[in-house]
Amino acid sequence: MTDTIYALASAQGRAGIAVVRVSGPQAMESLSKLSDGTFPVRQAVLAQLINPDNGSLIDEAIVITFHPPRSYTGEETVEYNIHGGKAVRESLLNALSQMDGHRMAEPGEFTRRAYENGNLDLTQAEAVADLIHAETEAQKQLALSQMGGALSNLYQGWADRLVKALAYAEAQIDFAEEDLPEDEVKSHVEPVLTHVMTQITGHLNDGNRGEILREGIKIAIIGAPNAGKSSLINALAQRDVAIVSDMAGTTRDVLEVHLDLNGFPVTLYDTAGLRPEQLSDEHAQDQIEAEGIKRALQKAQEADFKILLFDGKDNEMHPQTLNLKDDNSICVTNKMDDGETGFADTISISTQSGYGLDNLIDNVSRETKALFEDIQNSPSLTRARHREALVEAQEHIDRALHGFSPDMIAEDIRMSVRSIGRITGRTDVEDLLDIIFRDFCIGK
Amino acid sequence: MEQKFDVIVVGGGHAGCEAAAASARMGANTALVTHRKDTIGIMSCNPAIGGLGKGHLVREIDALDGIMARVTDKAGIQFRMLNASKGAAVQGPRTQADRKLYRQAMQDEIFNTPNLTIIEAGVDDLIMNDRAVEGVVQDDGTKIYAPAVIITAGTFLRGIIHRGTDQIPAGRVGDKPAVKLGETLERLKLPLDRLKTGTPARLDGKTINWNILEAQAADENPTPFSYLNDKIDVPQIKCHMTYTNPETHKIILDNKDLAPIYSGQIEGSGPRYCPSIEDKVVRFADKERHQIFLEPEGLDDDTVYPNGISTSLPVDVQDAMLKTIPGLENARVIEYGYAIEYDYVDPRALKNTLELKDVSGLYLAGQINGTTGYEEAAAQGLMAGLNAARHNAGEIFTLDRAQAYIGVMIDDLINRGAPEPYRMFTSRAEYRLLLRSDNADQRLTDIGMQWGCVGEKRANVWGKKKEQLESARILTLNLKATPNQLEKHGVNVNKDGKRRTVQEILNYQNITWDVLANIWPEMADIPMDIAEQIQIDATYAGYIDRQMADIMAYRKDENLIIPDTIDYKSIGSLSTEVIQKLEKARPQTLGAASRIPGVTPAAVITLLRHVQKRHKHVA
Ligand SMILES: Cc1cc2nc3c(=O)[nH]c(=O)nc-3n(C[C@H](O)[C@H](O)[C@H](O)COP(=O)(O)OP(=O)(O)OC[C@H]3O[C@@H](n4cnc5c(N)ncnc54)[C@H](O)[C@@H]3O)c2cc1C
Ligand SMILES: Nc1nc2c(ncn2[C@@H]2O[C@H](COP(=O)(O)OP(=O)(O)OP(=O)(O)O)[C@@H](O)[C@H]2O)c(=O)[nH]1
Ligand SMILES: [Mg+2]
Repeated sequence: MTDTIYALASAQGRAGIAVVRVSGPQAMESLSKLSDGTFPVRQAVLAQLINPDNGSLIDEAIVITFHPPRSYTGEETVEYNIHGGKAVRESLLNALSQMDGHRMAEPGEFTRRAYENGNLDLTQAEAVADLIHAETEAQKQLALSQMGGALSNLYQGWADRLVKALAYAEAQIDFAEEDLPEDEVKSHVEPVLTHVMTQITGHLNDGNRGEILREGIKIAIIGAPNAGKSSLINALAQRDVAIVSDMAGTTRDVLEVHLDLNGFPVTLYDTAGLRPEQLSDEHAQDQIEAEGIKRALQKAQEADFKILLFDGKDNEMHPQTLNLKDDNSICVTNKMDDGETGFADTISISTQSGYGLDNLIDNVSRETKALFEDIQNSPSLTRARHREALVEAQEHIDRALHGFSPDMIAEDIRMSVRSIGRITGRTDVEDLLDIIFRDFCIGK
Repeated sequence: MEQKFDVIVVGGGHAGCEAAAASARMGANTALVTHRKDTIGIMSCNPAIGGLGKGHLVREIDALDGIMARVTDKAGIQFRMLNASKGAAVQGPRTQADRKLYRQAMQDEIFNTPNLTIIEAGVDDLIMNDRAVEGVVQDDGTKIYAPAVIITAGTFLRGIIHRGTDQIPAGRVGDKPAVKLGETLERLKLPLDRLKTGTPARLDGKTINWNILEAQAADENPTPFSYLNDKIDVPQIKCHMTYTNPETHKIILDNKDLAPIYSGQIEGSGPRYCPSIEDKVVRFADKERHQIFLEPEGLDDDTVYPNGISTSLPVDVQDAMLKTIPGLENARVIEYGYAIEYDYVDPRALKNTLELKDVSGLYLAGQINGTTGYEEAAAQGLMAGLNAARHNAGEIFTLDRAQAYIGVMIDDLINRGAPEPYRMFTSRAEYRLLLRSDNADQRLTDIGMQWGCVGEKRANVWGKKKEQLESARILTLNLKATPNQLEKHGVNVNKDGKRRTVQEILNYQNITWDVLANIWPEMADIPMDIAEQIQIDATYAGYIDRQMADIMAYRKDENLIIPDTIDYKSIGSLSTEVIQKLEKARPQTLGAASRIPGVTPAAVITLLRHVQKRHKHVA
């Protein structure tokens, strides 16, 4: 069966609306997995898109379905008009990549299918030209420049190594009669494949950093019960997201708020106040609170950054909270309503009077910015298309490493080069021959 | 009296012979015009046929009933299957050839081909009617006519031999160059350029100290090139090996400024892969020695071809250099090495039939198209011969990249040109696992029969083999066993309860035909060569399925024809660089356009849209 293909059909970059197009025999099937609405043909329907893997909301989108032959490609087609943000786009593309028979479209593939199905509407030739342009440009950018130089350098590095390994493997085949330094040739094939394999595997497993870039930095507010954590999150969000009361142990479950902190996306977590004695069975008075504390501790661990909040009314800093102090945390004394100085080496604030909040925001956003830039500069995997190509490359390298005969091994390496080439650009035989003739003295 | 033919072939080298024979096989009344009858079948350079990629070409020529494989089987004196242990797809047959036997066998073949007239003359000019060829003018002024002419002038077009500072106009040593024909092509405004190649000194075998040298024997059971032969009758010999050393290298380096390629005397570009010994020593300065194969040129010929030290250094330097090489201390030189520079036509001027895009009826084949090697020349000759024979009927015969190495080569030439002498390598074939030297007959002989270039004898041999293959395939698809049944016979496969066919079982690398023939005695009736084919196919099954999918995609693009009359400049939104590349190659299909280096996917899409629009307008 023909693959079902998908891709961003609108131009890349910040825009209010993005269009993701899915075309092929299984386009309706993936739609029914993403949404349980009904979709009359060629009508715009507002629908909630849910990721079938984890039940999370991807976006509220306008969905339009088309049936052949009255669709752009002449196939079953679904167009999702979603909100333009990167995170939304990525999570829809990711969800689609998990669907049976779906793969990311090659540049220009929609148009190609339209052509092959005799469906290119040529009376609108100019409009089509623009579309094609958007389609290829968008995907080219998707493929490479998005994450900046670091990522493309990384992929290009692997591609180069694989091409070289292939050249050496080919040299052994095409120049069997030459006096090639056999050990040297061998040392450029298998070890290189193993090395690239390990790197790709590590890269694929490293979902974390990509997520940070999409979802922002995770900041957990941690502190003793009644320190004023919920009050702080309300103050930062400038709305009442959390219940505030003078009863110790008000907050139970972890609450999250997405914020733009001086231009950087962050997610803030309000957590249950730490009362470790609640964790041991003998003292546990409240099962639910105990569970809340466990979750708070877990959040403290997962978070990229922590605000350790202390109650200025206490005599000493809450020891369980202080324990969590590390490089990615900041200590804050709350309830300094009159601008008094709190515990040493802490930032003093009052959620009630608003004192010190600006200072806190400045400090936190400086830290966040540093973290963000750090992460941005180290390559990370954020593209469904990249993932697909890399997984494919991995399979081919694995086969090459377990191959029986040199011709099949070379074929598998060639395929792995082709997979990565889908991100970095294609490799030509002349490139291989260049390497061979540069590195080996060949000729009669 | 005015002499008229259907096809005139100019040049009796490897391309010319194959072209003339193919044209004659198609029933066309063919003339082969060449300088000298007695040099037909001469090997200008090393006396060997085949190798990796090249051996594949020879098998394909044979599958189309060409002559090179059969001639080689009569002349081969050291048959070896290269890469015997590296997988069937990359095995290439090769042999040393006895020069005299080869020439003799080729002449027997050519002189006895029906429909073929041999004319001993040089061709100086073409008879033209506007941009259509009508015949040729010989050096004595005689005119002969034909609607199709194939030029296969090899290295002869304004050829110049270089040896140190000496420059001698020649086609190859001892032969005069074709100067006037070169001028004719220039007048036709064909895109001419210069290339160069070289050859080593020939040595007197009686003066070589063989005793101290390492030997390399022929295969114990020589595999013939031709599908018509099942054994080789020519006696087999050994080759010997020796090496250069730092002393040799010092002499070369001290004199390198006397080598024409370093003095700037030669302008044409040589191949990256076939460097002269001076090139090797300069470019790979830290390599301590370079290998030399000492290849006898014949059974009763003492001439030895030292493969690996091609050179154009002055003769005294050549002598000094040879003296430093073990075994060659006292070797006497029969003919000194030289480099030759010659005109070639940028093959991007050709269609995939090897006819010039701009000159109706004029075909080019062989080294004139920027290739190097006998096999590459012969394969082009064959295709040009077939097409020229049907020029008037307007029929065309082509092979694509998924059908044959021949297709790969011609496609590469016409789309990429030949910035250096083009030689076949297996790595140029993307469908290499499918295009094997063992299955050229399965790929091509039926096609050849449809085209009409396959004689009765081969048709019969192939028909019988095809039947045997069919029934062996059916048998091996019908014989099945479960893992438990197989285990009882000592054959282990995954214990998944699945019944497997013999073909599926053979996909396991360690299970051989013989083992299975113990279980199913009817398998033992299948002839060895047929069994081997089934086994090879089974080995590659998974890979071939994938390649077939790729081939479908490739062919889709090949079906999108770009009209000759397209004006790339008028399309808009193509970059100047892309326009230049497309104009140079004028690809015939969208697929061909996409293979031109520098033509981006976005440009291909733009082209696709444009072509489609035009089709609509025309329709
Ligand atoms: C010095 C030298 C070194 C070489 N080195 C290599 C090498 O390293 N590796 C390799 O693979 N190959 C090498 N070859 C190339 C190999 O010999 C050629 O590729 C092959 O022979 C080309 O075949 P062809 O049929 O195109 O031309 P050729 O074999 O050159 O035949 C041309 C024929 O055309 C005839 N002819 C030419 N012009 C006219 C005319 N106007 N009228 C009538 N007849 C004409 C000639 O007499 C000759 O018979 C070398 C050749 C030479 C000369
Ligand atoms: N004076 C003073 N009181 C505050 C301040 N911030 C919070 N409070 C009070 O402290 C009490 C607890 O506040 P919460 O925000 O619910 O504290 P919490 O840390 O979320 O408590 P738990 O959810 O129970 O862990 C409330 O009565 C708040 O009004 C402040 O800056 N000054
Ligand atoms: Mg709270």
